[in-house]
Amino acid sequence: MRFFEALVISIRSLFANKMRSVLTMLGIIIGVGAVIAIMAGGRGMENAVTSTLEGLGTDVLYVQPVNPDAPGGAGMAPGYAGANLTLDDSEAIARIPGVLGVAPTNENFVEITYGSEKINSVIEGSTAEFQAMSNYELASGQFITERNVASRDNVVVLGSRTAENLFGDEDPVGQRVKIKDKRFTVVGVLAAKGGSMMGFSMDEIVVVPITTYQARLFTQRTPSGEDAVQSIGVLVAGPEQMDDVRYDIETTLIKRHRIDEDEKNDFAIVSMEQMIGVFTSITGVVSIFLAAIASIGLLVASIGIMNIMLVSVTERTREIGIRKAVGAKRRDILLQFLIEAAALSLVGGAAGIVFGWLLSLAISFIATSAGFPLEAMLSPVHIGIAVGVSLVIGLVSGIYPAMRAARLNPIDALHYG
Amino acid sequence: MELIELENVTKIYRMGEVEVYALNGVSLSIKQGEMLSIVGTSGSGKSTLLNVLGCLDRPTSGRYLLDGADVSRLNDNRLAELRSKKFGFVFQDFNLLSRATALANVELPLVYTGGGSKRHKAMEALERVGLGKRAKHKPTELSGGEQQRVAIARALVNSPSLILADEPTGNLDSTSSEEIIAIFQQLHKEGITVAIVTHEAEIAERTQRVIRLRDGKVASDGKADKP
Repeated sequence: MRFFEALVISIRSLFANKMRSVLTMLGIIIGVGAVIAIMAGGRGMENAVTSTLEGLGTDVLYVQPVNPDAPGGAGMAPGYAGANLTLDDSEAIARIPGVLGVAPTNENFVEITYGSEKINSVIEGSTAEFQAMSNYELASGQFITERNVASRDNVVVLGSRTAENLFGDEDPVGQRVKIKDKRFTVVGVLAAKGGSMMGFSMDEIVVVPITTYQARLFTQRTPSGEDAVQSIGVLVAGPEQMDDVRYDIETTLIKRHRIDEDEKNDFAIVSMEQMIGVFTSITGVVSIFLAAIASIGLLVASIGIMNIMLVSVTERTREIGIRKAVGAKRRDILLQFLIEAAALSLVGGAAGIVFGWLLSLAISFIATSAGFPLEAMLSPVHIGIAVGVSLVIGLVSGIYPAMRAARLNPIDALHYG
Repeated sequence: MELIELENVTKIYRMGEVEVYALNGVSLSIKQGEMLSIVGTSGSGKSTLLNVLGCLDRPTSGRYLLDGADVSRLNDNRLAELRSKKFGFVFQDFNLLSRATALANVELPLVYTGGGSKRHKAMEALERVGLGKRAKHKPTELSGGEQQRVAIARALVNSPSLILADEPTGNLDSTSSEEIIAIFQQLHKEGITVAIVTHEAEIAERTQRVIRLRDGKVASDGKADKP
């Protein structure tokens, strides 16, 4: 018997039991749909993070404190503020040839009050260079200046969303807001930029001079008693100077921190590319983990297919007997039922891809309207995997029922029922 | 020429501890072009004999020569091949696929033997049993007699050496039975070998040879007794 004929027989029998076929497929549709939606969502998240990071500028190096005693990469964990970088380090880096500017930056969460309005926001303590380094445009007013930094002024620049949430239609420039019970004058508002970092919109921030931040808002000292800096952004003149600048920063800081040759550095220099790599691998691991959970649904679906195929074999015992009497071999019957199971699963898988794609569109829509811009991406690789997995599920769950059918004794089968 | 030779064939079924001899030393031969009936009371072993003859079942012991070759020890796949090439079956309850048209039912054996012009051969077979005009009907839309004629067409379509019919008129009224027997006789005249298992004396009378079984043995074998 040719494959094509077995295919026709199988498809006909699926059509003969439409309701049952559809219900059985539902398991596969939901399982594949969930996996596809998660993978597409994860891919979208990866793209969103990558484009946000790229929006920060690719000619930037970040210097961060590292706990030299922590094993492996744990010292670079984002939460660790080793408190060993200072504004003096930052100024020393600024003097390195090929460095266009430095933005020492401290970051925290804070509550901001204007009249009776209260919102939570990310607060950045930085310098004038922060604007250029992070690619922000001004919507109105001005950014914090070197003079603001030098004299620890209580001035603040609002992100577009922060301004909107706090002031509505009112012009915030010149108004006073309260941060940690201290009064700050709004000097400028940033233009909307889009993008987000770890779930926080890049437009939901406030920026204050780093000196003000250190002296009046969040005080953190290095072991030697100076004000600590959480990270230093370094704007490099061009990609070709990246390696030289990186080397110079390292030697400068080693000298300044008095690190011996046999000691580990208490800082790390991270390029944007590395950060993108880290985020990509994090989102990759998370989405694979979620997909693995979702594939439990596929296991259940596979049991459903096996169940329905067993019922089908029993119901069609007589048909199998007839086919065997007129010359069908074991292999012919096996093929017929295997193809039936595979077709059930493949059609379900195809519908599941469509369902998952719609689901991921819904996720993107909800995430975007919740302020976390995300565009779900369905890649051909995901589709290929889904089709392959459906096929394997069909074959695996079909093999036992098909073998039972193929082994039936023709005489018993003919007199069944 | 001998088409089939059975030598001392037994078929033993185990029912728990008890061994039942469904066939107990049957020897017979069937010539090309014969038309014969196998009769006997129920439990005499006539259906078992038909199954063994049609290679649906293997004898427990003894030899079965088909065209001179011993087929009693072949595996399932080789038996399936023999069934598709050498035999055509007609059953008491027709055993047609209810969802398929008459034509598709007749085509079924050709699906497993391969080769082209399936539709054409199936149509020819249907015309031989006078159902050319009913080819597109499903079994449920056909009368019992018509359904059995479809089954005969299915048995014919591979040009078998032997057509085996198990109580082919058991579920039919007398008019339809008459039609079916007439078809078998016509096929016999065209040179096809036909073996009919039946318990109806009127049918056995219409074949030239009657094999009577009793307790799994051949009780008599010869010309039909004229009443």
